[in-house]
Amino acid sequence: MLGIAGTIPVEDIPLLTGGAAMENGDIRIDGRRIPVDRGTAALIGAAVKTSEVLGTPPPFGCVVGDIGRGIGSRNLYKHLVDTFSESVFHTVTFHYLQPIVHWHNRLQQVIHDMETRPVLIADAGFMYVAKMSGHAAMYDLFTPDIGELAFLADETAPHPFYTRGFILHDENRVPDLIARAYEHGNAARLLLVKGKKDCLADRGGILCEVDSPVEEVMEAIGGTGDTLTGILSALIGSGMDTKEAATVAMKTNRLAGAYARPTPATQIIDIISHIPKALEDTLQ
Amino acid sequence: MSFLGFFKEKEERSSPGGDGNADRGIMVLEHTSEVIQAEDILKGEGWEIRVMGPPPEVRSGCDLVIEFPLIEELNILRVLEERGVVPLQVVPVTSPLLQPVDLFHVKDFGRYVMVRAANMKLTVEKETGMIVNVSGGGCPDVPYLAREMVGKSLDDAPSPRSIGHTLCGYALQLAYEEARRRCLE
Repeated sequence: MLGIAGTIPVEDIPLLTGGAAMENGDIRIDGRRIPVDRGTAALIGAAVKTSEVLGTPPPFGCVVGDIGRGIGSRNLYKHLVDTFSESVFHTVTFHYLQPIVHWHNRLQQVIHDMETRPVLIADAGFMYVAKMSGHAAMYDLFTPDIGELAFLADETAPHPFYTRGFILHDENRVPDLIARAYEHGNAARLLLVKGKKDCLADRGGILCEVDSPVEEVMEAIGGTGDTLTGILSALIGSGMDTKEAATVAMKTNRLAGAYARPTPATQIIDIISHIPKALEDTLQ
Repeated sequence: MSFLGFFKEKEERSSPGGDGNADRGIMVLEHTSEVIQAEDILKGEGWEIRVMGPPPEVRSGCDLVIEFPLIEELNILRVLEERGVVPLQVVPVTSPLLQPVDLFHVKDFGRYVMVRAANMKLTVEKETGMIVNVSGGGCPDVPYLAREMVGKSLDDAPSPRSIGHTLCGYALQLAYEEARRRCLE
């Protein structure tokens, strides 16, 4: 089973846990409907749609409201620290959480002490704190976009806001940035880099790339990276080999985008609705 | 699936903040009295901060600095500015010489233009100045900012500086300012 942990941008949402479903364009967890606009809700929505096609159990969501003050994130970190060792997930994806190093390290210690641990995927704020804490290598997969890859490659930057200009200038040299991220120990075992070409890489370099179909406007649409991580998480959570899952996810996300005939004003829910057909076509 | 073996091999920590301070910032103020005032304000608001001596790289301000949660810089600066306390400088604890990103990437989509600052992207319809999308980022205020800004014009939308909380919000503020410069001036 797949577990997903992250925040929802509505301050009064308490900690919600349970199997996720989609209803009329919203996700539902623990009896509460949450709009899917971007962020963790979009990731969960994409994972739900993927699970429906695969015929696997829906993802288990663990979400809380947080608009950036960090209060919800702290509650979620605490819940994870208290419960993670008893979890039975095959795969866990950590997403939009306030990057707080001491909370990350408490959770990292819990995971470290587990005899059998799940596949660990980190994206968004949790990927930032994983790098910030100096423990990136404990994760199985990071899913940065190009700007975030530059951040991973900059050994001094505590947040993408402080990525040095000479590294940002190198954004067209993805293999160099990947190598630099591994050189300084700031990458997970695998990196799925989202960009003009999506690629999967490890310490040895790029393993595979997907560059079609091309919809350049996808970069402008909030949530397209979240849906890719959501599809990927559900595929890995189903037991699919990671490299195969990455290839299928990269193709599916691009295809769903193309089916939506997007403009820069397209909203992510329009792309999520095309995931089932895109995944079926990719798997064929 | 077990990753125990892999896990145990990777005990060593990497850059930038193996000491656990990587999410902390240093705030430099001109006078000691301002440090005391800022300390009172921030502690009163519930933030975990401490007053300390400045690192050698910091060459401005008085003999004391405030260490604070760097990720929440945007919110903290707004609270201080509302009380009339404006820091001279804010830098990360682990690398005090780092500067905020000042490089913008601009992509022209014909009817729309996308401006990116660091990890944050803001897309605007050129003719109307309408914000049509916000993407990128990883801190929890990003989806909140998107919800508050998308569908509004650059003139009517709240600025990230006014409602954001984190460094991602700060990066979006830079993209927002650049978009305004390109679309409205």
